[in-house]
Amino acid sequence: MQVTLTVNGEQMSADVEPRVLLVHFIRDHLGLTGTHWGCDTSNCGACVVSMDGVPVKSCTVLAAMADGRTIETVEGMETADGLHPIQKGFMECHGLQCGFCTPGMMITSKWLLENNSQPSEHDIREAISGQLCRCTGYDNIVKSIQWAAEHPTEGTYPESAGEPAGVQAESAESVNS
Amino acid sequence: MTTTEDLITTDTGRAASPLSEAGNPIGFGRMLRKEDVRFVRGAGNYLDDISMPGMLHGAILASPHAHARIVSIDTSAAEAHPKVKAVITGAMLDGLSLAWMPTLSADVQAVLATDKVRFQGQEVAFVVAEDRYSARDALELIDVEYEVLPPMIDARRALDADAPLVRDEIEGKTDNHIFDWEAGDAAMTEQAFAVADVKVSLDMLYPRSHPAPMETCGSLAYMDPVTGKLTAYITSQAPHAHRTVYALVAGIPEHKIQVISPDIGGGFGNKVPIYPGYVLAVVGSILTKKPVKWVEDRSSNLMTTGFARDYHMHGEIAASREGKILGVKVDVLADHGAFNSTAQPTKFPAGFFHIFTGSYDYAAAHCKVTGVYTNKAPGGVAYACSFRVTEAVYLIERLVDRLAVELGQDPADVRMNNLLKPEQFPYTTPTGWEYDSGNYPGALREAMRMADYPALRAEQAEKRERGELMGIGISFFTEGVGAGPRKDMDILGLGMADGCELRVHPTGKAQIRVSCQTQGQGHETTFAQIVSHELGIPPEDIEVIHGDTDNTPFGLGTYASRSTPVSGAAASVVSARVREKAKIVAAAALEVSVDDLEWDHGRWQVKGDPEQGKTMAEIALLAHSNLELPEGVEGHLDASAVYNPPNLTYPFGAYICVVDVDKGTGGVKVRRFIAVDDCGPRINPMIVEGQVHGGLTDGIGMALMQAITFDTDGNCLGGSFMDYLLPTSMEVPTFELGMTVTPSPYHPLGVKGVGESATVGSPPAVVNAVVDALAPYGVMHADMPLTPAQVWLTMQGRPARTDLAYE
Repeated sequence: MQVTLTVNGEQMSADVEPRVLLVHFIRDHLGLTGTHWGCDTSNCGACVVSMDGVPVKSCTVLAAMADGRTIETVEGMETADGLHPIQKGFMECHGLQCGFCTPGMMITSKWLLENNSQPSEHDIREAISGQLCRCTGYDNIVKSIQWAAEHPTEGTYPESAGEPAGVQAESAESVNS
Repeated sequence: MTTTEDLITTDTGRAASPLSEAGNPIGFGRMLRKEDVRFVRGAGNYLDDISMPGMLHGAILASPHAHARIVSIDTSAAEAHPKVKAVITGAMLDGLSLAWMPTLSADVQAVLATDKVRFQGQEVAFVVAEDRYSARDALELIDVEYEVLPPMIDARRALDADAPLVRDEIEGKTDNHIFDWEAGDAAMTEQAFAVADVKVSLDMLYPRSHPAPMETCGSLAYMDPVTGKLTAYITSQAPHAHRTVYALVAGIPEHKIQVISPDIGGGFGNKVPIYPGYVLAVVGSILTKKPVKWVEDRSSNLMTTGFARDYHMHGEIAASREGKILGVKVDVLADHGAFNSTAQPTKFPAGFFHIFTGSYDYAAAHCKVTGVYTNKAPGGVAYACSFRVTEAVYLIERLVDRLAVELGQDPADVRMNNLLKPEQFPYTTPTGWEYDSGNYPGALREAMRMADYPALRAEQAEKRERGELMGIGISFFTEGVGAGPRKDMDILGLGMADGCELRVHPTGKAQIRVSCQTQGQGHETTFAQIVSHELGIPPEDIEVIHGDTDNTPFGLGTYASRSTPVSGAAASVVSARVREKAKIVAAAALEVSVDDLEWDHGRWQVKGDPEQGKTMAEIALLAHSNLELPEGVEGHLDASAVYNPPNLTYPFGAYICVVDVDKGTGGVKVRRFIAVDDCGPRINPMIVEGQVHGGLTDGIGMALMQAITFDTDGNCLGGSFMDYLLPTSMEVPTFELGMTVTPSPYHPLGVKGVGESATVGSPPAVVNAVVDALAPYGVMHADMPLTPAQVWLTMQGRPARTDLAYE
């Protein structure tokens, strides 16, 4: 079947089997290997991408379900102005070791800061609680996100993310479930 | 009383490093990681990110049974699938003499089952197809008829006369016994127990666990049908060892094998052994003449690849009435699964378990370890355990706490009164280890100061008055890492020395080639800092090359915290060789004697006339120029070395864990975790702290959540992340880290290694804390994982066996 979606600002179409998972579509069909696969059961979150501004586990979404949607992956975080503050924060605070969970963690972090520019430690821990990291013990991931919150780049964080509150609540659930 | 300050060695023996133009330390110090530049962009290159033209995909058919005879396998329907290129069975491999492969413990393991399956998830057939979905589809088309056999699941019954026989294919084998192994002095230990006032014992299970790195195992193999060269991308922590084993297994000449370990998404020991999937990708490529990629799914990772622990331990400790430890004896039953495939030095079938005497001063110790086969996945030492130091530390630290209860003393006092003293180092333990250096009381005092231990005990007393359950757990660990001296340590006959090569290019930029293999530890940064420290070249000008056997010298890889202790020492030695050669070049250029030169921060200069000198960059260009060098001195500026460690290094630390236990649910909340680590001087403190954070989280996970259990039929109950629970950000606190610094006299940089310290040291702190919290219930012990159910059952006086689902 034909799917058309916008990935990192670029519209693209492809012919895929209806059963193809979004994570495999992104990795194998689009060649964007920054999004990783880590489990079969939607527990680990290595595959988290942003779909219409909300983090989703792309192993639990069919490519067909993403038809007409807007996807952002880790490859879309860096702009002409340079690295996103979250990418800088992860480097500054040693928020990654093997780097396998990092893209998913950063996509969720970006969503968090877009919806809550001054999160508490608990807010941060809750936001990333649906994703696993086996290297860092989360401590430095929390610090990385705090660093990013303290170093927003002009224009990178809109004053308001434009999401109605109800959608935010629903997105939080989708990340954590 | 001696103050804390008197006992803590804070002198790192090093002046603050000067900074490069880019702001990085030239030498030791906090520096952002070089590898992160690609990882934060999603530009890492992990196994499954790699493609080759014409690449096919492999998938493994797994056994649904723990123990069953294979009656027949019908692959005809799978072969008829339009996208399937090959279906491989054990019978086919048998014809190629590839059905069995050697393990790293001199046993054999089935690549694909021929006669019978011996654990649930065991590899039965391999399909190669055009894409990964089709390969999976075809697995469904293979028809295997099994005759189910009674499984051997409970390790404690493995040596019973009527126990099902796991390894009936071994000629003459009539039982499930693998080995008996002893260390220490049994007679002397009995004497110590005979005169002791106080004797206590504990039966403890260190349950089967799994390292579960975020990235599962996989390989991409291409046997070039024209050149006969095998290129194998493998998620391997030890690419050189893998190359040699493939040469031995498949008979491919070793010079025609290139093993490449790309970026690895975590290893923790899981990616040391050779797995059937790696071999099958090679066989698939030979048969199809195409590159074949195999990436295991999460269930296969958890159910078939290197597990860890599974030690059933009976420990006894003897002491005087005053609390002086006199002796320890241990009896261990070790469940090694269906094949003995542990990756550890040949001489030591129980790894370094005989370091169980711990950090304390006593003369009598003895252990006996018996290894048995069961119908479970093979393995044993994976998971950041430093070759079973994890089990050893857990054993002694639980025994010391149990002794403290018996004596009616505070566990901190019992430890402080028995810890080895700084003046006792180097110290030979009753089981033969030579500890290099340490200030143990200093580390414990520092942890107690950070925790405000007296205040914690006061708070606990108050809470107990109110009926609340708060626990404080201490553990003190000594870990032996940096395996190891060649005379004592090898794996499959390969001595555990590490090669290293360093080239300084004409413009003063350098490349160092190392044999060890990062899985996230930050080698590209740390090793650049080591060379920078030795040569004064900015770390940003040093490229660390690793993970490609065609382009790096031989070495045994990264596990058991050996990278910095062994390869790091090799990097230091090779750098020193380059520095000495640079001295000759500088002397020739300055037209002075080498004896007239002195080294100053990356520059050879004339003694008494420091204006006259040459920087490393200037020397590098001169070394490649037409400058006339003394006779016998070759040009260029490079060197190689093979480092054979003279002894292990012994990092140590003191940990304190504070927990609150919910009386109603049995839920445990880790409120605080204080960790004081001494790993010698810290090359990059940021990376060291990151290693400790990860290990503490592993420890909390193992103590409270993680276990691979089985039911009576041998079904693995931990085969997915729905069932095998790992800590998330909600289960771990913000860690409180401290340090002391005691250099190792055996390492050229004094460093001791840190990768596994926290994994080794933290589980007993958590368990001691929970048992302490449950003291009002008279609880003396409960086995990990201390899930809410286990804690609640323990409060009811009937703790469960945590390795089996049915008891």
